Amino acid sequence: MSTHAEEMAEGWQRVHPFAVLVTGLRNIRQAIFPIVIVLFGSQSIGGMRAGVVLGILLLILLFNVGGAWLAWRKLRYLVGESDVRLEQGILSRQARSVPHDRIQDVSLEQGLLPRLFGLVEVRFETGAGGKDELKVAYVTQEEGERLREVVRDQKEAPAAMPATTAQGAEEQVAAQQPPAQLLFAMPPGRLLTFGLFQFSLVIVALIGAALQQVEFLLPFDIWDIDGWEKRLSGPGQWLSGLGWLSQIIGALSGVLFLIVLGVLTGIGRTFLRDWDFRLEKTAKGFRRRRGLLTKTDVVMPAHRVQAVTMGAGLVRRIWGWHSLSFISLAQDAKSANHDVAPFAQVREIEPIVREANFHLPAPDTDWHRPSPKYRFDTALLGAIPVALVGIVCLFFAEVYWLGWLLFAFAAFEALRQHFLWRYERHAVDATQIITRRGWLVPRTTMANRVKLHSVEISQGLIAKRRGYCHLVFGLAGGSFAFNGLPLEEAEAMRAAVLDSIASVDFAHLPR
Amino acid sequence: MDARLANEGLTPLDPAYVTVMRISTLLMAVPFVIAALAGEIGGMLPAGAFLVPMVFAFALLVLLVPLKRFNARGYDISDDRLRVVAGLMFRKDTVVPFGRVQHIDVEQGPLERAFGIARLVLHTAGTHNASVVLPGLRHETASEMREAIRAHVKRETL
Repeated sequence: MSTHAEEMAEGWQRVHPFAVLVTGLRNIRQAIFPIVIVLFGSQSIGGMRAGVVLGILLLILLFNVGGAWLAWRKLRYLVGESDVRLEQGILSRQARSVPHDRIQDVSLEQGLLPRLFGLVEVRFETGAGGKDELKVAYVTQEEGERLREVVRDQKEAPAAMPATTAQGAEEQVAAQQPPAQLLFAMPPGRLLTFGLFQFSLVIVALIGAALQQVEFLLPFDIWDIDGWEKRLSGPGQWLSGLGWLSQIIGALSGVLFLIVLGVLTGIGRTFLRDWDFRLEKTAKGFRRRRGLLTKTDVVMPAHRVQAVTMGAGLVRRIWGWHSLSFISLAQDAKSANHDVAPFAQVREIEPIVREANFHLPAPDTDWHRPSPKYRFDTALLGAIPVALVGIVCLFFAEVYWLGWLLFAFAAFEALRQHFLWRYERHAVDATQIITRRGWLVPRTTMANRVKLHSVEISQGLIAKRRGYCHLVFGLAGGSFAFNGLPLEEAEAMRAAVLDSIASVDFAHLPR
Repeated sequence: MDARLANEGLTPLDPAYVTVMRISTLLMAVPFVIAALAGEIGGMLPAGAFLVPMVFAFALLVLLVPLKRFNARGYDISDDRLRVVAGLMFRKDTVVPFGRVQHIDVEQGPLERAFGIARLVLHTAGTHNASVVLPGLRHETASEMREAIRAHVKRETL
């Protein structure tokens, strides 16, 4: 391996030295449990001297920070002519190269700890799924911005201006940088409204899980119901002696407490995640910034958007609050779609959709419903097994009531399918394929006809017999299908869509 | 091949594909046969409890099913797309335009090599149908198809 100075001359760079500190501190945070165990252990042994304990702690500290320092020494990155490279690893080396051409989006992420040091993490998404990204952990904010710009310029300049010379292209790019145009933002008031709809009882589950983790520390078993009864029947006896009114009040206040807790959790989570949410259209594409403690900053080229999804929960839609997300090859915080307007009115969403070169379904769209046979069969398949179990239950006195409950469930399933038959639909318009799906969170998804990769007609046993089928499209980064449509209709739609796909080669797709 | 598939203008696969499917089913059945035989010889199963069902299952799995599967399969290659039809119970009818092919494989297992057939695999960038497999082609046919698709991709890219 060449010396550091030689590497620098070739353009190789190391991440910021403070990265050692941040990574070291983060490792120690993960090592807290072993440390606690060491402390506990030393207590129980008793005879161990303070010096030994201190020594062990120092060793852990040294190990973590030393490891982080070694990792820092052995990590180098380079933004080259045609690719970004990263080499890392202390014992086993790993060298990764990502061609500029294949970068889907570049995101800057800033956790709380790195933020204190003014550092960011730069991630290059290639669309190969979460684990195959290229990550440069902790460079300065400016270096992060520079990395992003360098990559974008190299990637976009030749494609945008094929005829001009390289120098001319650069000038044009420089001249062509209009100020960012703000598409969507969420002020605190909007966030508060959004948070109200994000009711979540996840905190209750979290507390439960935490209790399970530390229950060995509690003097009794909290899951032991008999024990609780005994405890309540002792000094807690007064509770049941208070009469039904106070019992109802008690139950109500319990429910109220849960509701308040759920609402507060929802608001808290929303503020943490979406604080200062801003979506801009820049020369490089869509840029989204959000986050209170962990700030993220993602730039995604407009042509990388494969499909857009607009949805709204059953309650939110009463007030017209919809959400919009983009489907692309890259991933966004472990979800396949990029939230671009999580809480907005349709009139705010419409311009964003237009900027991504899609359009909301026109009023005169030629909608088609799935075949009624498909809905009927699905309803039967869902309801019959449940109803059968219900019938069996009717024969046993102990579970008699369960039978009726199951019947109600079966009836509900049938009704749900009826609702879906009335609501779900699909269409093929001049440039897009569109579906409207779902009942709890109904959503409309639009994909570009040209950007599809394959079209499949699939049929199961029942579908074959009953003459309907599913039309499944090969979309990059997501799934897209029309379910249960008549065979002839599917064949006609497939032919139409295939002609648009075949008319443009992959190499000529806008990129 | 089904009359219906022929009516749709689909090309049947190579008949050697039936033999290959039969042999691979046979190979897969070997462990079960050994286990059942051991059971019968060891007296754990009543006499004939193994032989009779096995004859039926073999007749079905080795003789009939591969033939039916072969009959349900077909393909159609035109100048800008490939259509692959497959599936006895779950029918899949996929069309891939050549303009969306990322790379092409021609694959051969040892059995397929012995019978001179190959699988043509088209990879696309879509999440669904990321690779479309067309088995049971003569090796020469598969290679020719690959060249044709490759030539198409090259022409379009230039």
